[in-house]
Amino acid sequence: MRTPMLTRRAFVRISSAAAGGVLLSLYFDAPMGAQQPNAPTFPPQAFVHVRPDGTIVIQVNRLEFGQGVQTALPMILADEMDADWSKVVAELAPTADVYKDPLYGLQMTGGSISIPHSFQQYRELGAKARAILVAEAAARWRTTPDRCRTANSVVYGPGGESAQYGQLADDAARRPVPDGVRLKDATEFQLIGKRVRRLDSRPKCDGSQRFGLDLDLPGMQIALLARPAVFGGRVKTFDDRDARALQGVRDVFEIPLVHGTAVAVVADRFWTAKRARDRVKIEWDLTGLERPDSSQLWIQYGRLTRTPGSVAVSRGDNAAIERALPANRIVAEYEFPYLAHMAMEPLNTTVRFDGDRAEAWIPSQAQTMDQAAIAEVLGLKSDEVAFHTEYAGGGFGRRTPLDSHVPREAAAIAKRLRGIPVKLVWTREDDVRGGYYRPMFAHRVEMVIGADGMPAASRHVIVGQSWIVGSGPPWEAALVKNGVDELATEGTADTRYVIPDFHVSAHHPKVNVPVLQWRSVGYTHNAFVMETLVDELATRAKMDPITYRLTLLRTDAKKLRSALTLLQDKIAAWRQNLPRNHAVGVACSEYHDTGVACATEVSIENGRPRIHRVLLTADVGRAVNPLGVESQMQGGVVFGLSQLVAKGAITLKDGAVEQRNFDGCRPPYMHDAPATIDVHLVPSTEAPTACGEPPVPVISPAVVNALFRLTGKRYRTLPLA
Amino acid sequence: MALQTIMVNGREVSVDVDPGTPLLWVLREELRMTGTKYGCGIAACGACTVHVAGVATRSCVLPVSLVGKRPIVTIEAMASDPIGRVVQEAWVATDVVQCGYCQSGQIMTAVALLRNTPRPTDAQIEQSMGGNICRCGTYVRIRQAIKQAAQQVRR
Repeated sequence: MRTPMLTRRAFVRISSAAAGGVLLSLYFDAPMGAQQPNAPTFPPQAFVHVRPDGTIVIQVNRLEFGQGVQTALPMILADEMDADWSKVVAELAPTADVYKDPLYGLQMTGGSISIPHSFQQYRELGAKARAILVAEAAARWRTTPDRCRTANSVVYGPGGESAQYGQLADDAARRPVPDGVRLKDATEFQLIGKRVRRLDSRPKCDGSQRFGLDLDLPGMQIALLARPAVFGGRVKTFDDRDARALQGVRDVFEIPLVHGTAVAVVADRFWTAKRARDRVKIEWDLTGLERPDSSQLWIQYGRLTRTPGSVAVSRGDNAAIERALPANRIVAEYEFPYLAHMAMEPLNTTVRFDGDRAEAWIPSQAQTMDQAAIAEVLGLKSDEVAFHTEYAGGGFGRRTPLDSHVPREAAAIAKRLRGIPVKLVWTREDDVRGGYYRPMFAHRVEMVIGADGMPAASRHVIVGQSWIVGSGPPWEAALVKNGVDELATEGTADTRYVIPDFHVSAHHPKVNVPVLQWRSVGYTHNAFVMETLVDELATRAKMDPITYRLTLLRTDAKKLRSALTLLQDKIAAWRQNLPRNHAVGVACSEYHDTGVACATEVSIENGRPRIHRVLLTADVGRAVNPLGVESQMQGGVVFGLSQLVAKGAITLKDGAVEQRNFDGCRPPYMHDAPATIDVHLVPSTEAPTACGEPPVPVISPAVVNALFRLTGKRYRTLPLA
Repeated sequence: MALQTIMVNGREVSVDVDPGTPLLWVLREELRMTGTKYGCGIAACGACTVHVAGVATRSCVLPVSLVGKRPIVTIEAMASDPIGRVVQEAWVATDVVQCGYCQSGQIMTAVALLRNTPRPTDAQIEQSMGGNICRCGTYVRIRQAIKQAAQQVRR
């Protein structure tokens, strides 16, 4: 996910402006008590442990929540180490400075950074681990390391000696770690670049994989929260007599939320807690709270799109729009609803508070922040909270809100039940109705078409909430410029298309609905707007949509060009045998330095788009695990369809969310998804770039671009009615 | 509370719970078999799918008191089920899983499909698997794995 952390662009900007020093101080100033920046060096002993039997345990400094880092990071380390892959076991690392992101200085998973930021780190770790094993072997054989070679967890000496890594490891671990190590030439890679199956498949296929929600501790209690229907509501009074009458109910009490208060119900079983929660009678105090209503918000947002906002980009002549003839002008208005993440594993956090220390088990995307938040609630220091990163059943951005609100809630409950581990569970209803959505957005674009059929001018107003504006340093300092939240305008403001007179502005209204990043963040709506408009222009210019895009792209948009060119090549056969009443739509997007292009074949069935197949090309630099990259691309396409499916949106009426569960807020099911998604990667030797988010933005514009070819209509309000 | 006796994976077990407790929570909390997952609680996502007398059933809305003598089979027993094993192997070979949270339910649904329909068409796969949500979007590989398993089952 795009995280609230400093983006890479922001990172480069800040560190180059102040030679790196500012970045570190930003972390010290972090409001959530973020800790020391990471250690400057990474001891291999903290990341890899070779057991005497040859098993190689590799620590993964990220959350595994489907994206496959639990396989890809060990691949990188094992490759440089010349480890026997069949002996590799991966573990999710505990919290410690050494496991923090090497660039951000926070232990976290988001922004699709895991491989881009840790590729070099894990290579060096592997090479260093290899170096100390070789040094140990060389010492035993009274030779020098340069005369030894390694393969498949064995060191070979010049005189025909050989030793398994497992036989060397204990002594090798006490050897000094060399500073400089030689990294492999790409031609020497044994694992990197190969299609390697996931290490975690089997436990996830036989039910043995434990997720955060599966945690079972002696004496553990289950907590549910009865929350206000309107965000920020507070408990006025509550009657818990009926709830407490149920056998197994331990306690019922009020706790503070980040927004308002709630009643916590604690019982020995989930089902008891659920029934007890239903029996608590609560009178809420909603005075003074804004009660948002989607239909009213659309009117307000629509009005705002007609007034200039804070300037994000202003390039060229601002009056060119006014002078254009109506025939050369497109005016397009778009609406994007609130979207819920709805990861399959409902949100949960387990905390036990022992007075002077605590222990927490969280499927967390933001360990450093969550640990600090729990410590704050319990009056402890971060390092007094032992933190276990649990496997997560998806996340998509939902497990890393800036306010760590779920861990805070769990800590508030555990504080009262001292000594008892308490697992706070959000039911699916809590999740669907609980806020922290992809914000609603409205766009209004006026575009002028030049004589060559290319866009000559554009005036683009974006309206939507920001969760960064007003959050204080460091996020606001890094991501908000001139009152504009970069995460709301990305995908438009940084477009790779050449538009000479280009003006983008934004309004960030305050609405009483908590919002958050959602896999591919600003690109979810901005890429939709840009890619549908560009498609419209290509149609008007009577040009092939891929050719048009290649013509319009900046020459330095290499990743997009390579992806589009590959798409053009692969799609040729496809287009020739297109069934009747089927059409192809195209879109592309570059996000986090990864270029993605996509074509989809669509027909209309029962008034709804039927997506038959998808062809996707991507330039991710060097693909560490092409099989895993393909998974992310295929999954990202399906996730992107969340924007289109009927009943996929969150709406509000009189301050309350109207949907309750998957029946009212539907994610894509199998029949909503294409039967085939063919993925082709651009061959590359460049540094690996993001994979988790970049495929998400392209599919929804590609589908509606295909629909246009079938119906002649442009689709600018999502989800599709 | 009342004593409920059910047959799970060939073993008779008795639990003292409220009769309305969904089978899902009996499995997860009383029997500590956490392979069956809670996703929605309203039979809308399929993460909790188990076999009840051979039929793929959403355990999150089935009160334990209504199970009766019908045998329950869960994901934990699939490795010793001839079709279950084939499906699991196809899942691993196809590298289906991502987060994996929904996959117990996907596999239980697929096994029930292949037991009744050893040669499913695309439409039959879509119909049988149509109620199982995978938020990571592994649907393409689920289809592939079911087809691969179907070939193995036929042999």
